[in-house]
Amino acid sequence: MDGVTTAPFDVARIRQDFPILSQPQARGRPLVFLDSGASAQKPRAVIEAMVRCMETAYANVHRGAYRLSELATDAYEAARAAAARFLNAADAREVVFTRNSTEAINLVAHAWGRGVMQPGQAVLISELEHHANIVPWQMLRDDKGNELRVCRVTDAGELDMEDLASKLADGKVGLVAMAHMSNVLGTVTPVERIVALAHAHGAKVLLDGSQAAVHRRVDVQAIGCDFYCFTGHKLYGPTGIGVLWARLEHLDRMPPFLGGGDMIASVTFERSEWAPPPAKFEAGTPAIVEAVGLHAAIDYVTAIGMPAIEAHERALVDHAMGALSEVPGLTLLGRAQDRGGVFAFAMDAAHPHDLATLLDRAGIAVRAGRHCAEPLHARFGAENGTTRASFGLYTTKEEVDLLARALIEAREFFR
Amino acid sequence: MSGLFDDLRDLYQEVILDHGRRPRNFRRLEDADATARGDNPMCGDRIELFLKRAPDGTIADAAFQGRGCAISTASASLMTEVVKGKAPEQAKALGAAFRELAMTGACPDCDAALAEDMERLAPLSGVHEFPSRVKCATLAWHTLNAALDGTKEASSE
Repeated sequence: MDGVTTAPFDVARIRQDFPILSQPQARGRPLVFLDSGASAQKPRAVIEAMVRCMETAYANVHRGAYRLSELATDAYEAARAAAARFLNAADAREVVFTRNSTEAINLVAHAWGRGVMQPGQAVLISELEHHANIVPWQMLRDDKGNELRVCRVTDAGELDMEDLASKLADGKVGLVAMAHMSNVLGTVTPVERIVALAHAHGAKVLLDGSQAAVHRRVDVQAIGCDFYCFTGHKLYGPTGIGVLWARLEHLDRMPPFLGGGDMIASVTFERSEWAPPPAKFEAGTPAIVEAVGLHAAIDYVTAIGMPAIEAHERALVDHAMGALSEVPGLTLLGRAQDRGGVFAFAMDAAHPHDLATLLDRAGIAVRAGRHCAEPLHARFGAENGTTRASFGLYTTKEEVDLLARALIEAREFFR
Repeated sequence: MSGLFDDLRDLYQEVILDHGRRPRNFRRLEDADATARGDNPMCGDRIELFLKRAPDGTIADAAFQGRGCAISTASASLMTEVVKGKAPEQAKALGAAFRELAMTGACPDCDAALAEDMERLAPLSGVHEFPSRVKCATLAWHTLNAALDGTKEASSE
Protein backbone atom coordinates (compact mmCIF):
# COMPACT_ATOMS: atom_id res chain seq x y z
CA MET A 1 0.00 0.00 0.00
CA ASP A 2 2.99 2.29 -0.57
CA GLY A 3 1.97 5.84 -1.31
CA VAL A 4 -1.61 5.19 -0.27
CA THR A 5 -2.93 6.94 2.79
CA THR A 6 -4.95 4.57 4.94
CA ALA A 7 -7.12 5.41 7.91
CA PRO A 8 -5.34 5.08 11.26
CA PHE A 9 -5.75 1.70 12.94
CA ASP A 10 -8.78 1.99 15.21
CA VAL A 11 -9.26 -1.22 17.16
CA ALA A 12 -12.59 -0.10 18.65
CA ARG A 13 -13.93 0.49 15.14
CA ILE A 14 -12.54 -2.86 13.95
CA ARG A 15 -14.19 -4.73 16.82
CA GLN A 16 -17.56 -3.48 15.59
CA ASP A 17 -16.96 -5.41 12.37
CA PHE A 18 -17.03 -8.71 14.29
CA PRO A 19 -20.57 -9.55 15.44
CA ILE A 20 -19.48 -12.26 17.88
CA LEU A 21 -17.45 -9.79 19.95
CA SER A 22 -20.60 -8.03 21.07
CA GLN A 23 -22.64 -11.19 21.69
CA PRO A 24 -23.74 -11.53 25.31
CA GLN A 25 -21.75 -14.27 27.03
CA ALA A 26 -22.52 -16.51 29.98
CA ARG A 27 -22.44 -14.63 33.30
CA GLY A 28 -22.72 -11.33 31.46
CA ARG A 29 -18.99 -10.87 30.93
CA PRO A 30 -17.76 -9.62 27.56
CA LEU A 31 -15.97 -12.17 25.39
CA VAL A 32 -12.18 -11.94 25.61
CA PHE A 33 -11.24 -14.13 22.69
CA LEU A 34 -7.55 -15.05 22.90
CA ASP A 35 -7.62 -18.16 20.71
CA SER A 36 -7.32 -16.61 17.27
CA GLY A 37 -4.24 -18.73 16.61
CA ALA A 38 -6.51 -21.78 16.57
CA SER A 39 -9.20 -20.10 14.51
CA ALA A 40 -10.11 -16.45 14.13
CA GLN A 41 -13.50 -14.77 14.38
CA LYS A 42 -15.28 -13.58 11.25
CA PRO A 43 -16.06 -9.99 10.24
CA ARG A 44 -19.49 -9.12 8.91
CA ALA A 45 -17.99 -8.58 5.43
CA VAL A 46 -17.07 -12.27 5.22
CA ILE A 47 -20.38 -13.50 6.59
CA GLU A 48 -22.36 -11.27 4.24
CA ALA A 49 -20.30 -12.16 1.17
CA MET A 50 -20.98 -15.84 1.74
CA VAL A 51 -24.70 -15.29 2.31
CA ARG A 52 -24.88 -13.06 -0.78
CA CYS A 53 -23.16 -15.73 -2.86
CA MET A 54 -25.68 -18.36 -1.79
CA GLU A 55 -28.63 -16.04 -2.17
CA THR A 56 -27.78 -14.52 -5.53
CA ALA A 57 -24.91 -16.15 -7.40
CA TYR A 58 -24.60 -19.79 -6.47
CA ALA A 59 -24.14 -22.72 -8.87
CA ASN A 60 -21.38 -25.23 -9.51
CA VAL A 61 -18.26 -23.84 -11.15
CA HIS A 62 -16.46 -24.68 -14.41
CA ARG A 63 -19.46 -26.64 -15.70
CA GLY A 64 -22.75 -25.08 -16.59
CA ALA A 65 -23.18 -23.05 -19.74
CA TYR A 66 -25.65 -20.84 -18.00
CA ARG A 67 -25.40 -17.45 -16.45
CA LEU A 68 -25.52 -18.45 -12.80
CA SER A 69 -22.71 -20.98 -13.21
CA GLU A 70 -20.67 -18.38 -15.05
CA LEU A 71 -21.22 -15.91 -12.21
CA ALA A 72 -20.12 -18.50 -9.65
CA THR A 73 -17.08 -19.43 -11.76
CA ASP A 74 -16.11 -15.76 -12.03
CA ALA A 75 -16.43 -15.34 -8.26
CA TYR A 76 -14.38 -18.47 -7.59
CA GLU A 77 -11.61 -17.39 -9.99
CA ALA A 78 -11.70 -13.84 -8.61
CA ALA A 79 -10.95 -15.37 -5.19
CA ARG A 80 -7.95 -17.12 -6.72
CA ALA A 81 -6.72 -13.84 -8.17
CA ALA A 82 -7.18 -12.15 -4.78
CA ALA A 83 -5.16 -14.89 -3.06
CA ALA A 84 -2.43 -14.47 -5.70
CA ARG A 85 -2.29 -10.71 -5.08
CA PHE A 86 -2.30 -11.29 -1.31
CA LEU A 87 0.89 -13.36 -1.63
CA ASN A 88 2.27 -11.23 -4.50
CA ALA A 89 2.34 -14.33 -6.69
CA ALA A 90 3.48 -13.81 -10.28
CA ASP A 91 0.53 -15.73 -11.73
CA ALA A 92 -2.92 -16.67 -10.38
CA ARG A 93 -2.45 -20.18 -11.84
CA GLU A 94 0.08 -20.72 -9.05
CA VAL A 95 -2.72 -20.67 -6.46
CA VAL A 96 -4.32 -24.04 -5.68
CA PHE A 97 -7.31 -24.06 -3.37
CA THR A 98 -7.19 -26.72 -0.68
CA ARG A 99 -9.27 -27.44 2.40
CA ASN A 100 -6.68 -25.95 4.77
CA SER A 101 -2.90 -25.79 5.33
CA THR A 102 -2.84 -29.43 6.41
CA GLU A 103 -4.23 -30.52 3.06
CA ALA A 104 -1.83 -28.19 1.24
CA ILE A 105 1.17 -29.80 2.96
CA ASN A 106 -0.19 -33.27 2.27
CA LEU A 107 -0.62 -32.27 -1.36
CA VAL A 108 3.06 -31.33 -1.56
CA ALA A 109 4.09 -34.49 0.33
CA HIS A 110 2.21 -36.62 -2.21
CA ALA A 111 2.63 -34.79 -5.49
CA TRP A 112 6.14 -33.42 -4.93
CA GLY A 113 7.41 -35.84 -2.28
CA ARG A 114 6.30 -39.03 -4.02
CA GLY A 115 6.01 -37.71 -7.55
CA VAL A 116 9.12 -35.61 -8.08
CA MET A 117 11.61 -36.17 -5.23
CA GLN A 118 13.92 -39.16 -5.34
CA PRO A 119 13.78 -41.71 -2.49
CA GLY A 120 17.41 -40.88 -1.64
CA GLN A 121 16.53 -37.25 -0.91
CA ALA A 122 15.79 -36.09 2.63
CA VAL A 123 13.15 -33.73 4.01
CA LEU A 124 14.27 -31.20 6.62
CA ILE A 125 11.77 -29.83 9.13
CA SER A 126 12.34 -28.20 12.54
CA GLU A 127 11.50 -28.83 16.18
CA LEU A 128 8.93 -26.03 16.20
CA GLU A 129 6.62 -27.56 13.60
CA HIS A 130 2.91 -28.16 13.97
CA HIS A 131 1.92 -31.82 13.57
CA ALA A 132 0.60 -30.89 10.10
CA ASN A 133 4.20 -30.29 9.02
CA ILE A 134 5.58 -33.41 10.72
CA VAL A 135 3.20 -36.30 10.09
CA PRO A 136 2.94 -36.03 6.26
CA TRP A 137 6.76 -36.28 6.07
CA GLN A 138 6.84 -39.26 8.42
CA MET A 139 4.29 -40.92 6.15
CA LEU A 140 6.48 -40.12 3.12
CA ARG A 141 9.51 -41.57 4.94
CA ASP A 142 7.64 -44.74 5.87
CA ASP A 143 6.22 -45.06 2.37
CA LYS A 144 9.18 -44.16 0.16
CA GLY A 145 12.14 -44.15 2.52
CA ASN A 146 12.93 -40.42 2.34
CA GLU A 147 14.98 -39.57 5.41
CA LEU A 148 13.37 -37.04 7.78
CA ARG A 149 15.76 -34.57 9.41
CA VAL A 150 14.88 -32.19 12.21
CA CYS A 151 16.58 -28.83 12.70
CA ARG A 152 17.07 -27.86 16.33
CA VAL A 153 15.51 -24.88 18.04
CA THR A 154 17.52 -22.82 20.56
CA ASP A 155 16.42 -22.32 24.17
CA ALA A 156 15.14 -18.89 23.14
CA GLY A 157 12.84 -20.63 20.69
CA GLU A 158 14.62 -19.58 17.52
CA LEU A 159 15.77 -21.79 14.68
CA ASP A 160 19.35 -22.95 15.22
CA MET A 161 20.78 -21.67 11.94
CA GLU A 162 24.09 -23.47 12.43
CA ASP A 163 22.23 -26.73 12.79
CA LEU A 164 20.19 -25.87 9.71
CA ALA A 165 23.37 -25.32 7.71
CA SER A 166 24.96 -28.53 8.96
CA LYS A 167 21.87 -30.58 8.11
CA LEU A 168 21.89 -29.16 4.58
CA ALA A 169 25.64 -29.58 4.11
CA ASP A 170 25.71 -32.99 2.42
CA GLY A 171 23.36 -31.83 -0.33
CA LYS A 172 20.96 -34.72 0.24
CA VAL A 173 18.04 -32.58 1.41
CA GLY A 174 15.49 -32.22 -1.38
CA LEU A 175 12.96 -30.18 0.54
CA VAL A 176 13.03 -27.90 3.56
CA ALA A 177 9.53 -27.66 5.08
CA MET A 178 9.21 -25.10 7.87
CA ALA A 179 6.77 -22.87 9.65
CA HIS A 180 6.98 -19.16 8.86
CA MET A 181 5.75 -18.54 12.41
CA SER A 182 5.44 -20.96 15.32
CA ASN A 183 1.92 -21.58 16.63
CA VAL A 184 3.34 -22.10 20.12
CA LEU A 185 6.43 -19.92 20.55
CA GLY A 186 5.29 -17.07 18.33
CA THR A 187 8.74 -17.18 16.70
CA VAL A 188 8.89 -15.77 13.20
CA THR A 189 11.51 -17.72 11.30
CA PRO A 190 14.10 -15.98 9.06
CA VAL A 191 12.57 -17.25 5.85
CA GLU A 192 14.79 -15.34 3.41
CA ARG A 193 17.90 -16.81 5.06
CA ILE A 194 16.35 -20.28 5.13
CA VAL A 195 15.56 -20.05 1.42
CA ALA A 196 19.05 -18.78 0.53
CA LEU A 197 20.72 -21.57 2.50
CA ALA A 198 18.41 -24.26 1.16
CA HIS A 199 18.71 -23.17 -2.46
CA ALA A 200 22.50 -22.99 -2.14
CA HIS A 201 22.39 -26.68 -1.23
CA GLY A 202 19.92 -27.69 -3.93
CA ALA A 203 16.84 -27.97 -1.72
CA LYS A 204 13.40 -26.57 -2.43
CA VAL A 205 11.51 -24.75 0.34
CA LEU A 206 7.92 -25.13 1.57
CA LEU A 207 6.77 -22.57 4.12
CA ASP A 208 3.78 -23.17 6.36
CA GLY A 209 2.27 -19.70 6.65
CA SER A 210 -0.78 -20.67 8.71
CA GLN A 211 0.18 -18.25 11.47
CA ALA A 212 2.44 -15.79 9.66
CA ALA A 213 0.14 -14.86 6.77
CA VAL A 214 -2.36 -13.52 9.31
CA HIS A 215 0.06 -11.21 11.02
CA ARG A 216 2.31 -9.72 8.36
CA ARG A 217 2.55 -9.10 4.66
CA VAL A 218 3.81 -12.12 2.72
CA ASP A 219 5.57 -11.67 -0.61
CA VAL A 220 6.44 -15.09 -2.00
CA GLN A 221 8.58 -13.60 -4.76
CA ALA A 222 10.64 -11.57 -2.28
CA ILE A 223 10.97 -14.55 0.06
CA GLY A 224 11.96 -16.69 -2.90
CA CYS A 225 10.41 -19.92 -1.59
CA ASP A 226 9.02 -22.70 -3.77
CA PHE A 227 5.79 -23.52 -1.91
CA TYR A 228 3.77 -21.46 0.56
CA CYS A 229 0.50 -22.34 2.25
CA PHE A 230 -2.02 -20.71 4.54
CA THR A 231 -5.54 -21.40 5.74
CA GLY A 232 -8.66 -19.24 5.43
CA HIS A 233 -10.15 -19.69 8.87
CA LYS A 234 -7.18 -18.18 10.70
CA LEU A 235 -7.31 -15.17 8.33
CA TYR A 236 -10.82 -14.18 9.48
CA GLY A 237 -12.27 -16.24 6.63
CA PRO A 238 -14.35 -19.41 6.65
CA THR A 239 -13.26 -22.96 7.47
CA GLY A 240 -12.84 -25.43 4.63
CA ILE A 241 -10.67 -23.29 2.37
CA GLY A 242 -6.91 -22.97 2.24
CA VAL A 243 -4.28 -21.99 -0.27
CA LEU A 244 -1.23 -23.72 -1.64
CA TRP A 245 0.95 -21.42 -3.67
CA ALA A 246 3.67 -23.08 -5.75
CA ARG A 247 5.84 -22.00 -8.64
CA LEU A 248 4.15 -22.88 -11.91
CA GLU A 249 7.18 -24.88 -13.05
CA HIS A 250 6.81 -27.08 -9.95
CA LEU A 251 3.05 -27.52 -10.39
CA ASP A 252 3.70 -28.54 -14.01
CA ARG A 253 6.07 -31.31 -12.89
CA MET A 254 3.85 -32.62 -10.09
CA PRO A 255 1.39 -35.45 -10.67
CA PRO A 256 -2.14 -34.93 -9.33
CA PHE A 257 -2.94 -35.49 -5.66
CA LEU A 258 -6.60 -36.55 -5.92
CA GLY A 259 -8.34 -37.85 -9.02
CA GLY A 260 -11.83 -36.98 -10.16
CA GLY A 261 -13.84 -34.44 -12.05
CA ASP A 262 -12.50 -30.96 -12.86
CA MET A 263 -8.85 -32.08 -12.81
CA ILE A 264 -8.77 -33.78 -16.22
CA ALA A 265 -8.50 -32.70 -19.82
CA SER A 266 -9.96 -35.96 -21.16
CA VAL A 267 -10.96 -39.33 -19.78
CA THR A 268 -11.33 -42.73 -21.45
CA PHE A 269 -11.39 -46.07 -19.66
CA GLU A 270 -7.82 -46.63 -20.86
CA ARG A 271 -6.30 -43.38 -19.59
CA SER A 272 -6.88 -39.81 -18.60
CA GLU A 273 -5.03 -36.62 -19.37
CA TRP A 274 -4.60 -34.06 -16.66
CA ALA A 275 -5.85 -30.54 -16.86
CA PRO A 276 -3.16 -27.86 -16.49
CA PRO A 277 -2.57 -26.36 -13.02
CA PRO A 278 -4.23 -25.27 -10.88
CA ALA A 279 -7.23 -27.38 -12.01
CA LYS A 280 -5.01 -30.51 -11.96
CA PHE A 281 -4.96 -30.25 -8.16
CA GLU A 282 -8.61 -29.38 -7.58
CA ALA A 283 -10.52 -32.62 -8.12
CA GLY A 284 -14.24 -32.52 -7.49
CA THR A 285 -16.54 -29.62 -6.69
CA PRO A 286 -14.44 -27.14 -4.73
CA ALA A 287 -15.37 -25.01 -1.72
CA ILE A 288 -17.09 -22.32 -3.78
CA VAL A 289 -18.86 -20.32 -1.08
CA GLU A 290 -15.79 -20.61 1.14
CA ALA A 291 -13.58 -19.24 -1.65
CA VAL A 292 -15.91 -16.25 -1.88
CA GLY A 293 -15.63 -15.85 1.90
CA LEU A 294 -11.84 -16.04 1.73
CA HIS A 295 -11.86 -13.36 -0.97
CA ALA A 296 -13.88 -11.11 1.34
CA ALA A 297 -11.45 -11.81 4.20
CA ILE A 298 -8.46 -10.93 2.03
CA ASP A 299 -10.18 -7.72 0.92
CA TYR A 300 -10.97 -6.95 4.56
CA VAL A 301 -7.40 -7.26 5.88
CA THR A 302 -5.98 -5.62 2.77
CA ALA A 303 -8.22 -2.59 3.22
CA ILE A 304 -7.03 -2.22 6.82
CA GLY A 305 -3.50 -2.85 5.57
CA MET A 306 -1.20 -5.69 6.59
CA PRO A 307 1.50 -3.21 7.74
CA ALA A 308 -1.07 -1.53 10.04
CA ILE A 309 -2.15 -4.92 11.40
CA GLU A 310 1.47 -5.87 11.97
CA ALA A 311 2.17 -2.60 13.79
CA HIS A 312 -0.90 -3.05 16.03
CA GLU A 313 0.17 -6.58 16.89
CA ARG A 314 3.77 -5.56 17.57
CA ALA A 315 2.52 -3.05 20.11
CA LEU A 316 0.31 -5.76 21.62
CA VAL A 317 3.22 -8.21 21.80
CA ASP A 318 5.42 -5.64 23.59
CA HIS A 319 2.58 -4.89 25.98
CA ALA A 320 1.96 -8.59 26.63
CA MET A 321 5.64 -9.30 27.30
CA GLY A 322 5.52 -6.66 30.01
CA ALA A 323 2.15 -7.67 31.48
CA LEU A 324 2.85 -11.42 31.51
CA SER A 325 6.33 -11.02 32.97
CA GLU A 326 4.67 -9.50 36.05
CA VAL A 327 2.61 -12.63 36.70
CA PRO A 328 4.36 -14.62 39.43
CA GLY A 329 5.06 -18.27 38.72
CA LEU A 330 4.51 -17.92 34.99
CA THR A 331 7.03 -19.34 32.50
CA LEU A 332 6.79 -18.28 28.87
CA LEU A 333 7.86 -20.75 26.21
CA GLY A 334 10.30 -19.06 23.86
CA ARG A 335 11.71 -15.58 23.82
CA ALA A 336 12.48 -15.05 20.17
CA GLN A 337 13.61 -11.62 19.00
CA ASP A 338 11.22 -11.66 16.05
CA ARG A 339 7.86 -12.88 17.26
CA GLY A 340 4.14 -12.55 16.72
CA GLY A 341 1.14 -12.50 19.01
CA VAL A 342 1.20 -16.07 20.31
CA PHE A 343 2.13 -16.75 23.94
CA ALA A 344 2.29 -20.24 25.40
CA PHE A 345 2.98 -20.43 29.11
CA ALA A 346 3.11 -22.75 32.08
CA MET A 347 2.17 -21.79 35.63
CA ASP A 348 3.84 -23.33 38.66
CA ALA A 349 0.65 -23.72 40.69
CA ALA A 350 -1.79 -24.85 38.03
CA HIS A 351 -2.08 -27.39 35.25
CA PRO A 352 -2.87 -25.84 31.82
CA HIS A 353 -6.36 -27.35 31.76
CA ASP A 354 -7.26 -26.12 35.21
CA LEU A 355 -5.97 -22.70 34.22
CA ALA A 356 -8.05 -22.68 31.01
CA THR A 357 -11.18 -23.63 32.97
CA LEU A 358 -10.60 -20.72 35.35
CA LEU A 359 -9.89 -18.25 32.57
CA ASP A 360 -13.04 -19.39 30.78
CA ARG A 361 -14.98 -18.49 33.89
CA ALA A 362 -13.55 -14.98 33.59
CA GLY A 363 -14.80 -14.87 29.98
CA ILE A 364 -11.30 -15.40 28.57
CA ALA A 365 -11.05 -18.03 25.83
CA VAL A 366 -7.58 -19.58 25.61
CA ARG A 367 -6.34 -22.94 24.42
CA ALA A 368 -4.80 -25.54 26.72
CA GLY A 369 -2.83 -28.58 25.69
CA ARG A 370 0.05 -29.14 23.34
CA HIS A 371 -1.41 -27.24 20.40
CA CYS A 372 -0.63 -29.95 17.84
CA ALA A 373 3.07 -29.51 18.64
CA GLU A 374 3.86 -32.40 20.98
CA PRO A 375 7.58 -32.70 20.06
CA LEU A 376 8.07 -28.98 20.70
CA HIS A 377 6.55 -29.28 24.18
CA ALA A 378 8.84 -32.24 24.87
CA ARG A 379 11.79 -30.12 23.65
CA PHE A 380 10.95 -27.47 26.25
CA GLY A 381 10.16 -29.98 29.02
CA ALA A 382 6.49 -29.00 29.03
CA GLU A 383 4.98 -32.51 28.86
CA ASN A 384 1.90 -31.29 30.71
CA GLY A 385 1.28 -28.91 27.85
CA THR A 386 0.83 -25.17 28.08
CA THR A 387 -1.91 -22.60 28.11
CA ARG A 388 -1.83 -20.41 25.02
CA ALA A 389 -3.11 -16.91 24.40
CA SER A 390 -3.06 -15.83 20.76
CA PHE A 391 -4.03 -12.46 19.37
CA GLY A 392 -5.94 -11.21 16.38
CA LEU A 393 -6.30 -7.77 14.84
CA TYR A 394 -9.26 -7.12 17.19
CA THR A 395 -7.28 -7.87 20.37
CA THR A 396 -6.81 -4.93 22.73
CA LYS A 397 -4.27 -4.03 25.42
CA GLU A 398 -7.14 -4.04 27.91
CA GLU A 399 -7.80 -7.69 27.08
CA VAL A 400 -4.14 -8.52 27.64
CA ASP A 401 -4.32 -6.75 31.02
CA LEU A 402 -7.45 -8.72 31.91
CA LEU A 403 -5.59 -11.93 31.09
CA ALA A 404 -2.64 -10.96 33.27
CA ARG A 405 -4.87 -10.03 36.21
CA ALA A 406 -6.91 -13.25 35.86
CA LEU A 407 -3.68 -15.28 35.82
CA ILE A 408 -2.51 -13.67 39.04
CA GLU A 409 -5.83 -14.44 40.69
CA ALA A 410 -5.90 -18.00 39.28
CA ARG A 411 -2.54 -18.66 40.91
CA GLU A 412 -3.91 -17.54 44.26
CA PHE A 413 -6.89 -19.86 43.74
CA PHE A 414 -4.68 -22.93 43.33
CA ARG A 415 -2.06 -22.15 45.92
CA MET B 1 -11.46 -8.61 40.33
CA SER B 2 -11.81 -10.09 43.79
CA GLY B 3 -13.76 -13.31 43.78
CA LEU B 4 -13.42 -13.75 40.02
CA PHE B 5 -13.40 -17.50 40.45
CA ASP B 6 -15.55 -17.90 43.57
CA ASP B 7 -18.26 -19.82 41.74
CA LEU B 8 -15.65 -22.37 40.66
CA ARG B 9 -15.42 -23.60 44.24
CA ASP B 10 -18.13 -26.11 43.30
CA LEU B 11 -15.78 -27.66 40.77
CA TYR B 12 -12.56 -27.19 42.69
CA GLN B 13 -13.69 -28.15 46.17
CA GLU B 14 -11.08 -28.20 48.90
CA VAL B 15 -10.95 -32.02 48.71
CA ILE B 16 -10.07 -31.83 45.01
CA LEU B 17 -7.42 -29.18 45.47
CA ASP B 18 -5.94 -31.17 48.36
CA HIS B 19 -5.83 -34.48 46.46
CA GLY B 20 -4.61 -32.64 43.36
CA ARG B 21 -1.68 -31.12 45.26
CA ARG B 22 -0.92 -34.14 47.44
CA PRO B 23 -2.23 -37.25 45.72
CA ARG B 24 -2.56 -40.33 47.94
CA ASN B 25 -1.06 -43.66 46.87
CA PHE B 26 1.11 -41.81 44.37
CA ARG B 27 3.81 -44.44 43.92
CA ARG B 28 4.70 -47.59 42.02
CA LEU B 29 3.68 -50.95 43.45
CA GLU B 30 6.71 -53.09 42.75
CA ASP B 31 4.78 -56.29 43.50
CA ALA B 32 1.70 -55.30 41.50
CA ASP B 33 -0.08 -58.14 39.76
CA ALA B 34 -2.15 -55.95 37.47
CA THR B 35 -1.17 -52.70 35.80
CA ALA B 36 -2.63 -50.52 33.07
CA ARG B 37 -1.85 -47.24 31.43
CA GLY B 38 -4.45 -44.58 30.81
CA ASP B 39 -3.97 -41.83 28.25
CA ASN B 40 -5.91 -38.78 27.32
CA PRO B 41 -4.19 -37.93 24.05
CA MET B 42 -6.11 -34.67 23.73
CA CYS B 43 -4.53 -33.04 26.76
CA GLY B 44 -1.58 -35.29 27.54
CA ASP B 45 -2.92 -36.62 30.85
CA ARG B 46 -1.38 -39.98 31.56
CA ILE B 47 -1.62 -42.37 34.47
CA GLU B 48 -0.14 -45.73 35.26
CA LEU B 49 -2.23 -47.77 37.68
CA PHE B 50 -0.95 -50.61 39.87
CA LEU B 51 -3.14 -53.16 41.61
CA LYS B 52 -2.23 -55.83 44.15
CA ARG B 53 -4.81 -58.56 44.50
CA ALA B 54 -5.48 -60.63 47.64
CA PRO B 55 -5.75 -64.42 47.30
CA ASP B 56 -9.54 -64.11 47.15
CA GLY B 57 -9.26 -61.68 44.22
CA THR B 58 -10.16 -58.51 46.08
CA ILE B 59 -8.03 -55.40 45.56
CA ALA B 60 -5.52 -55.42 48.41
CA ASP B 61 -3.66 -52.31 47.31
CA ALA B 62 -3.91 -49.70 44.57
CA ALA B 63 -1.46 -46.99 43.57
CA PHE B 64 -0.75 -44.76 40.60
CA GLN B 65 1.79 -42.53 38.95
CA GLY B 66 1.52 -40.07 36.12
CA ARG B 67 0.76 -36.50 35.26
CA GLY B 68 -2.41 -34.56 34.83
CA CYS B 69 -4.58 -31.69 35.92
CA ALA B 70 -6.00 -31.25 39.41
CA ILE B 71 -9.23 -33.03 38.44
CA SER B 72 -7.62 -36.14 36.95
CA THR B 73 -5.01 -36.39 39.72
CA ALA B 74 -7.60 -35.97 42.47
CA SER B 75 -9.90 -38.48 40.82
CA ALA B 76 -7.14 -41.10 40.58
CA SER B 77 -6.11 -40.40 44.17
CA LEU B 78 -9.65 -40.80 45.52
CA MET B 79 -10.18 -43.89 43.40
CA THR B 80 -7.13 -45.68 44.79
CA GLU B 81 -8.51 -45.02 48.26
CA VAL B 82 -12.04 -46.26 47.69
CA VAL B 83 -11.30 -49.41 45.67
CA LYS B 84 -9.11 -51.00 48.33
CA GLY B 85 -10.82 -54.06 49.75
CA LYS B 86 -13.28 -54.27 46.85
CA ALA B 87 -13.93 -57.33 44.71
CA PRO B 88 -13.31 -56.58 41.00
CA GLU B 89 -17.03 -56.58 40.23
CA GLN B 90 -17.73 -54.17 43.09
CA ALA B 91 -14.99 -51.85 41.88
CA LYS B 92 -16.37 -51.91 38.33
CA ALA B 93 -19.90 -51.20 39.55
CA LEU B 94 -18.58 -48.27 41.52
CA GLY B 95 -16.77 -47.04 38.40
CA ALA B 96 -19.96 -47.20 36.36
CA ALA B 97 -21.83 -45.26 39.03
CA PHE B 98 -19.04 -42.70 39.21
CA ARG B 99 -19.08 -42.15 35.46
CA GLU B 100 -22.78 -41.40 35.66
CA LEU B 101 -22.12 -38.99 38.52
CA ALA B 102 -19.40 -37.24 36.49
CA MET B 103 -21.59 -36.93 33.43
CA THR B 104 -24.89 -35.97 35.03
CA GLY B 105 -24.02 -34.72 38.51
CA ALA B 106 -26.14 -37.41 40.18
CA CYS B 107 -26.68 -41.13 40.24
CA PRO B 108 -30.32 -41.59 41.29
CA ASP B 109 -30.46 -45.31 40.54
CA CYS B 110 -27.22 -46.15 42.27
CA ASP B 111 -27.12 -49.29 44.37
CA ALA B 112 -27.55 -48.37 48.04
CA ALA B 113 -24.52 -50.52 48.79
CA LEU B 114 -22.40 -47.94 46.92
CA ALA B 115 -23.77 -44.96 48.83
CA GLU B 116 -20.91 -44.57 51.25
CA ASP B 117 -18.23 -44.68 48.54
CA MET B 118 -20.24 -42.38 46.29
CA GLU B 119 -20.34 -39.91 49.13
CA ARG B 120 -16.53 -39.84 49.12
CA LEU B 121 -16.46 -39.31 45.35
CA ALA B 122 -19.19 -36.66 45.40
CA PRO B 123 -16.75 -33.70 45.41
CA LEU B 124 -16.02 -34.59 41.78
CA SER B 125 -19.66 -34.32 40.72
CA GLY B 126 -19.11 -30.66 39.75
CA VAL B 127 -17.36 -31.71 36.52
CA HIS B 128 -20.70 -32.50 34.88
CA GLU B 129 -21.09 -28.79 34.22
CA PHE B 130 -17.81 -28.78 32.31
CA PRO B 131 -18.20 -31.24 29.41
CA SER B 132 -14.58 -30.84 28.32
CA ARG B 133 -13.40 -31.85 31.80
CA VAL B 134 -15.53 -34.97 32.36
CA LYS B 135 -12.90 -37.19 30.80
CA CYS B 136 -10.28 -35.80 33.19
CA ALA B 137 -12.35 -37.23 36.04
CA THR B 138 -13.11 -40.56 34.38
CA LEU B 139 -9.61 -41.40 33.06
CA ALA B 140 -8.56 -43.23 36.25
CA TRP B 141 -11.72 -45.34 36.24
CA HIS B 142 -11.28 -46.31 32.58
CA THR B 143 -7.76 -47.33 33.50
CA LEU B 144 -9.03 -49.38 36.44
CA ASN B 145 -11.30 -51.35 34.09
CA ALA B 146 -8.36 -51.96 31.75
CA ALA B 147 -6.24 -53.23 34.66
CA LEU B 148 -9.00 -55.52 35.91
CA ASP B 149 -9.71 -56.82 32.40
CA GLY B 150 -6.02 -57.24 31.61
CA THR B 151 -6.24 -55.02 28.53
CA LYS B 152 -3.28 -52.88 29.70
CA GLU B 153 -4.29 -49.65 27.98
CA ALA B 154 -7.19 -47.29 28.32
CA SER B 155 -8.04 -44.03 26.70
CA SER B 156 -10.62 -41.53 27.76
CA GLU B 157 -10.98 -40.29 24.18
